[in-house]
Amino acid sequence: MSKYLLDKFLFTVDRDAELVERYRDDPVAFVAWWEQHVANDLLNCATAEASTWQAFTEVERAALCAQDHVQLFELGAHPFLTLTLFIALFERDHGPLEYQRGYARAMARHSLPYPDYST
Amino acid sequence: MATVAAVIASTHHPFYYRASTSTGADRPPFADEWVAKIEAFRETLTRAEPDVLVMVGSDHFHQLWLDNMPQFLVGKAPMYDANWHNEEREFGLPRMRFTGQEDLSAHILRNGLDAGFDLAFSNELRIDHSITCPIITLRPQADLPIVPIYTNIFAPPLPRPARFVALGRAIRAMVESWPSDARVAIVGTGHLSLELGGPRQFGDHGPDPQFDRKAVEWIAGGDVDGCLAEVTLDSLHLPGNATHGFMDFMLMMGVAGDGAKADYVDSLDLFHTMEAYFTWYPNGVAS
Repeated sequence: MSKYLLDKFLFTVDRDAELVERYRDDPVAFVAWWEQHVANDLLNCATAEASTWQAFTEVERAALCAQDHVQLFELGAHPFLTLTLFIALFERDHGPLEYQRGYARAMARHSLPYPDYST
Repeated sequence: MATVAAVIASTHHPFYYRASTSTGADRPPFADEWVAKIEAFRETLTRAEPDVLVMVGSDHFHQLWLDNMPQFLVGKAPMYDANWHNEEREFGLPRMRFTGQEDLSAHILRNGLDAGFDLAFSNELRIDHSITCPIITLRPQADLPIVPIYTNIFAPPLPRPARFVALGRAIRAMVESWPSDARVAIVGTGHLSLELGGPRQFGDHGPDPQFDRKAVEWIAGGDVDGCLAEVTLDSLHLPGNATHGFMDFMLMMGVAGDGAKADYVDSLDLFHTMEAYFTWYPNGVAS
């Protein structure tokens, strides 16, 4: 399990407007590209210093490809990172606060304690 | 030595800027009441006639990241750019820039380290809405030099609540030992009950109004012991999954002092989360 890498995906995509659009338009191809080209980047370090061991599990990769925020929550992705990126992806298709409230309703089956998002 | 002109604790609601500047059909029905409360709150800082602002907040995964995560970090830079792409995108926040008060930053770093707080530092720090929101609400002209202090309320493992209170007490003492004749306001922002990215988010009220009422009583009454007796890292999950931001309020209770009743208290029940505003004048204020 690689909660850190899920968070790294959400973090690096959210801050880049072009990556947000690519993830919205073709999530399966984008997740594959990201895992191959970005997952091992050591942020703020030269490309040559990249890590060598970062990879998603099958379940994590599938959740990102499905853009399934409920499953990301269950896998322990940081809820703030997921919410922020998914608002960027999908709020535009909805009325004011409609997306945020639907996002919550989709998670209604979850009660405390929530999945652990510590890394 | 410097004078603590005011201690201020507040929520930092990123929707205020857009709500307060929108007009016509875009202006939400609660905007006028919210603006009136903010303007009254702003007056409590204006009356204190500060020269410098120490600003306590929390980076929301903007510059501080899980590969290199400080628990407490003090900015020490001559300038700070502020607000980030996703805050412009989601909240409509403007890009801002502030002057830094490097002498006070250096004083807090040196004395904080000597007092047992292993403070991280940054010489190039871009500030986010945890600090720009209170500047927008309390000092919109953004004309005073700042010392930003970031806390980790986001990425476990977190420091425990008592550590936040202890750092608040230390910040108060360090400002008061700063060899300067400046009037310093110490301003910190956190959350009451809050849920982000969970099933209780964006409700008609904050996720736990009962916690919010109790929290306002603790802060307004300076009830540090009562608050510490009930609040733990585990208990903060219950009112809402982002409620660990309440520990920045606890830090500010440490700044204000044990038993120090706030001179000004106000709140506003909004959708999603409750707003709360507190001001203390440790050395009095001109009427």
